[in-house]
Amino acid sequence: MRKRILKMLNKNARASMEDMAAATGRTTAEVAAEIGRLEDEGIIRGYKTVIDWGKTEKPYVSAIIELKVTPKTGRGFEEIAERITMFPEVESVYLMSGVYDLNVVVKCRTFEEVAMFVAKELSTLESVTSTATHFVLRRYKELDVALGVKEPDERGLIS
Amino acid sequence: MNYDNILNKTITEIKPSGIRKFFDIASSMRDVISLGVGEPDFPTPWKIRNEAIRTLERGKTRYSSNSGLSELREEIARYMERKFALSYDPEGEVLVTIGGSEAIDACVRVITNPGDEIIIPQPSYVCYEPIVQMAGGVPIIIETKAENDFKVTPTELAVAISPRTKALILPYPCNPTGAIMEKGDLVKLAEVLRGTDILVLSDEIYAELTFGELSHVSPAAVEEMKERTVVINGFSKAFSMTGWRLGFACGPRDILRQMTKLHQFAIMCAPTTSQYAAVEALRTCDEEVAEMMAEYDMRRRIMVDGFCKIGLPCREPKGAFYAFPCISSTGMTSDEFCEKLLHAKHVALVPGTAFGQGGEGFVRASYCYSTDHIHEALRRVGEFLEELK
Repeated sequence: MRKRILKMLNKNARASMEDMAAATGRTTAEVAAEIGRLEDEGIIRGYKTVIDWGKTEKPYVSAIIELKVTPKTGRGFEEIAERITMFPEVESVYLMSGVYDLNVVVKCRTFEEVAMFVAKELSTLESVTSTATHFVLRRYKELDVALGVKEPDERGLIS
Repeated sequence: MNYDNILNKTITEIKPSGIRKFFDIASSMRDVISLGVGEPDFPTPWKIRNEAIRTLERGKTRYSSNSGLSELREEIARYMERKFALSYDPEGEVLVTIGGSEAIDACVRVITNPGDEIIIPQPSYVCYEPIVQMAGGVPIIIETKAENDFKVTPTELAVAISPRTKALILPYPCNPTGAIMEKGDLVKLAEVLRGTDILVLSDEIYAELTFGELSHVSPAAVEEMKERTVVINGFSKAFSMTGWRLGFACGPRDILRQMTKLHQFAIMCAPTTSQYAAVEALRTCDEEVAEMMAEYDMRRRIMVDGFCKIGLPCREPKGAFYAFPCISSTGMTSDEFCEKLLHAKHVALVPGTAFGQGGEGFVRASYCYSTDHIHEALRRVGEFLEELK
């Protein structure tokens, strides 16, 4: 049941209790209880909406910032990563393999705001040794969802 | 020019598919929400499409051998072994065809002399009866019963057999009923067929779509049945490859040899691009198939649950991707129900009678649709039923 619920919610966070109950062969109460447990255990961390901000009046801009940092003795990258996580402008933080260490996705209202944020907040952090900012120009796919024109159902009505 | 003088009477006298009439009405209306489609809504998995693109880029666009690319026949033989515990020799016991349909047609044609009888259980897919008639054969219909879960029983089979019987078609998992034949059911039919010269044409196009605890059992896997069974399968349903038109037949060498001859003269070979794509499908796409099957299973449960809740009793379909709810409580025939529903609520279902008279009292609803689509269609059917009261 657990795996199935996670798959369904991952695909559609608004999947109804009734659907999940039908799909797992359990009652809605059992499904609700299982979801409660998944939340308590920190497996389900939230429910978000995939938004194509470019189509709204107040679009956001995003940038991917590559950070090189000096890890702290005993704490490695944890301390700096947790510190960066605190900023509300930061959407995600990943520790990377390869030529740089942390990949930080930042979302602001304008490119200037992003630039200022990097200059004032990120590059001034003690263990950050260098930054490289890449602005996102256009989004084609977000969280498994293609943002292009929706293909119509080309199948006939009956076959 | 009087075309009646030149057209073949057998063919002109065959009635067009009952599905067609509803298609025409539905097509003339706007905002129709359909549960009528018998094809997957998933696109073909990307790996398969990409492999087709690669082979096109490399110019691999020649004819293949008549029976199909040897690597595809080898993969098919491995697939049959891995999934259904059946072993076939890729040289002589496997034929790659243009969809399962061509394989059914070829198999019927190579065994039918004028007047020979072929037993067809109904409700079932619309092609069997016309194919038998076009081959000059006589279709003998078994009307399977809801109380038997739409399975063929040994008694029904025994009654249908005559000295002219050439073959039994077994269309399981079944479109439109969702019925399957379990091992035990097949063993009982095998007992009836033992000692006869009756062939089984087993259309297993929905084999991968077998749900719940059970997995598909081919009649060929039943003791003593392999020598009298031609198994037909294809890529349309399981791999979401309807438009690629690719299927195959596996069976006794003596029958496959004649089918290959027919295929050689009528078709030459199945489309090569599709064949290369199918090799990739069989080699690498088990996971993609499993994922699609899990999604169908979920929709299946949602749909059955939905029909029961709005008051149309619906048996649990064990296979294929259709629910087959009973509408007899409305007092309408299947045809009336579907026509009125279409006009009143713009929902397209297919009357059970499109699949044979035994489908009276039932309608077919496909769950090759998103759950939102299924919910909206069910909501409208529910409204329709309320307004009937």
